Amino acid sequence: MTLPIPEFKFTPKLYDGERQVTWCPGCGDYGIIAAVKQALAQLQIPPHAAFFVSGIGCGSKLPDYLKANGYLGLHGRSLPIAQGVKLASHNLKVIATVGDGDAYGIGAGHFIHALRRNSDFTMIVEDNKVYALTKGQYSPTSTRGWVSSTTPDGAIEIEFNPVVMAIAGGATFVARTFSGDPKHMAATFAKAIAHKGFALVDVLQACVIYNHVNTVEWYRPRVYKLDDDANYNPRDYTAAMQKAHEWGDHIPLGVLYVDERPTYEEQVKSLATTPLVKQALTYRKETWDEFRAAFM
Amino acid sequence: MVTNNMTIKIGGEAGQGMDTSGAGFARALVRAGLHIFANSDFMSRIRGGYNFYQLRVGAKPVYAPDDQTHLVLAFSQDAIDLHLDELVPGGAIIHDTNLQVDANALAQRHIQSFAFPFEAKALEIGRAAGMDPKHAKQMLNTAQLGATAAITGFPFERIADVINQNFGKKKGSAVAEANLAVARWAFDEAQKYASQFDWKLIPPADGVNRMILNGNQAIGLGAIAAGCKFISAYPMTPGTTVIEFMTAQAKRFNLVTKQTEDELAAILFAIGAGQIGVRAMTATSGGGFALMVEALGMAGMTETPVVIVDSQRPGPSTGMPTRTGQGDLLFLLHASQDEFPRVVLAPGGVESCYADTARAFNLAEKYQCPVLVLTEGYQAFAVRSVGVEEMPFEQFEIDRGKMLTEAELDALQPGTYKRYALSADGVSPRALPGHPNAVYTSTSDEHTESGRMEDEDPANRVAQHAKRMQKIETLKTEMRMPEWYGPQNAAITLMGWGATRYAIREAVDLLNAQGVRANALHFIDIYPLDENRLAQELAKAKWLVDIEGNYTAQLAQVIRVYTGRAPDQKFLKYDGRPFTGAEIARWIAANVNTKPAKGKSAKVTKSAKVTKGAKVKLVKVKLAKGVKVKAAKATKVAKAKN
Repeated sequence: MTLPIPEFKFTPKLYDGERQVTWCPGCGDYGIIAAVKQALAQLQIPPHAAFFVSGIGCGSKLPDYLKANGYLGLHGRSLPIAQGVKLASHNLKVIATVGDGDAYGIGAGHFIHALRRNSDFTMIVEDNKVYALTKGQYSPTSTRGWVSSTTPDGAIEIEFNPVVMAIAGGATFVARTFSGDPKHMAATFAKAIAHKGFALVDVLQACVIYNHVNTVEWYRPRVYKLDDDANYNPRDYTAAMQKAHEWGDHIPLGVLYVDERPTYEEQVKSLATTPLVKQALTYRKETWDEFRAAFM
Repeated sequence: MVTNNMTIKIGGEAGQGMDTSGAGFARALVRAGLHIFANSDFMSRIRGGYNFYQLRVGAKPVYAPDDQTHLVLAFSQDAIDLHLDELVPGGAIIHDTNLQVDANALAQRHIQSFAFPFEAKALEIGRAAGMDPKHAKQMLNTAQLGATAAITGFPFERIADVINQNFGKKKGSAVAEANLAVARWAFDEAQKYASQFDWKLIPPADGVNRMILNGNQAIGLGAIAAGCKFISAYPMTPGTTVIEFMTAQAKRFNLVTKQTEDELAAILFAIGAGQIGVRAMTATSGGGFALMVEALGMAGMTETPVVIVDSQRPGPSTGMPTRTGQGDLLFLLHASQDEFPRVVLAPGGVESCYADTARAFNLAEKYQCPVLVLTEGYQAFAVRSVGVEEMPFEQFEIDRGKMLTEAELDALQPGTYKRYALSADGVSPRALPGHPNAVYTSTSDEHTESGRMEDEDPANRVAQHAKRMQKIETLKTEMRMPEWYGPQNAAITLMGWGATRYAIREAVDLLNAQGVRANALHFIDIYPLDENRLAQELAKAKWLVDIEGNYTAQLAQVIRVYTGRAPDQKFLKYDGRPFTGAEIARWIAANVNTKPAKGKSAKVTKSAKVTKGAKVKLVKVKLAKGVKVKAAKATKVAKAKN
């Protein structure tokens, strides 16, 4: 497939879906979907050249509200689907949009392996630190001691740190952004989508209904942008790990870590020339004759 | 004297190379124009234990193992002790002089023992060639083959060819020459016994070379011939060799094969590729399939084509990894919440593994649904010599169903394409993602014709669910009825499914040779089937005996639901071992009144219905002795006819 090079400038409106959005008023997802459209427009990726994959949860509804190819699958299972899509058609820009429960809870096994595989796609996690669609249970990123219907005495586990895990696990692009900063989100998404290899963007997102602690007002004085720090080098693993552990009064936003490694698809010999979906399904008689000879 | 019709068992510890020598001898026989069927019986361990390789040779195609043995090549004491009772009178054991045989036991059963100082000679020749003792000892394999060739009258050159080929580029090396020398020595030594052994292997003058393939390789080949370009899987015996085979062939056919982190990912990768339009599959065993169930339903809901191979082993849970069984049928038919169209095919035989897997890919795309291919451990591992004409790879016709062509996509009005458009046959025209005029989403939620989430509206739910379910009705027009084998109007009909196909056919032949009019009704397509047509087929059976490798007669349950017809008797076993034709024929002879008075149908000879394995075993033990004679007689009758 050759993707036509756009002759006109796309605007974010091109990606508007025809659906009535069902997110709660004030939900961080409104800002996130706007930033996604902004990033696609900035990169001039037309809707037919993008493929969104999501799971189940509030954030996972995002592709349903977009005009772009998409597959809304199962809770926790977006990453293997995304990688299957990418292997089938490696020219598509594949983007997975999922919540924190989906990404780091039920889907954690797939997350670990996506990190080390470096398949060329982007994972945007709408991380509101709570299970919202099922009405407020604690999530893997909920703060220790979080009180919810299933943890009335407070969550016993410590919280999962996705950016530390991503860097340690071999992700080649790890970033964090904040749903209260649309411009920063759009810029970060654009960098992630443009990155060659697996890119994680963890979005600190407010949930106005179920998370009354990590609100926009809570985050705003705490977050600061690494992008503003000329001395910060995201290629420095040790520095990145240090920043990734920072939390509390100071929460770094921006690109935490970047590495260069060949993508998974680049290293699959059968994909060297043509995307798999465009390859012939039948073989020459000589090919079959060689096969027969090998088994005789 | 019996020419080109015998079974050889090669037994020893894992790691002793029985598979290598067995496969080498099988290769030599097939190149000489003979037919073979071979299976390995191995424990779930890499070293030690007791394993054997069972090789049946025929002048005509052979499709299943026999339970009589004519020659045992013993690499360990177990091989002698465990197979002695299976040897027919006049049969022989070839073994090293350092193994013990009970001369009295042999004499009583008229079994011969041919002993050679294989190991001593292998060490001696190996030492001279500069080999270390460990590698020199491995030449026991070639020694055994040399001796076997001599006593069966098989030409030594055929064995030498295979030894040379095994060494490839190292042909002519000291090690290769040492192996040839050991084989030659054993061949010459064993000549003195040749006149005492009645079974001969004589290459026919007009012999044709054939491929040697097992069921899982055939499944891989069916997939490749059908244009499958993608397999993702997680290793699980006995399903693993499908992805291994396709990976070994990936370069030749430009395939993408992916071992994933688990079975969940395995099926999800395949569904992702399938959604894009790549013909994709996964292969596993029952336990792995259990992990795939949620995604199976997702593929049903999003109408994504995907082919899933379940190579059954006894369970539940871990069960018996290296053994065989037919316990997953009801699981595959019902796996997932709620309802959606699926296809279940259960190939029987290597050629069917090929052809029906290929067909699975057409069905998956034509009906935009998951297709399940149900095989089992025995069929996964067993190899058969397959004529080139049995697998016409180049002739398979790929049918992608209602898929929009590039021209049709170009002509679409942007924004009008409906992925889940309602249609009379339930199948919606499918656009592959990537075209500007057909941008769409698929979702595991209930959805509109455009594929957008709609999990509230009852009218939409009814329309979409009915559309999907309509595909089952459409499918029924294409699915195949069970096949008949043997004479029409038989007194007894043996009903089975999948991998037992040829064992049941052999039982039918044995029974008819004994004067029992029996036939077989065998299922490869299992779901969905047209109930009315099926009831008509079942009505032809006068006395229906269900034969299955499970406890609850799963196929019989399904058939009863479809048609109301229950089997009159059931022969069920779940010992992890494959059925043999002789075993089935013996069971029929012992448990069914095969000579009913005129005008009456067959009936049960024992008051208690034998439905449980334990009881079957009792019957087997009781009958074991008399039965052998019957089976042997039957073979002779069959031969006379030939």
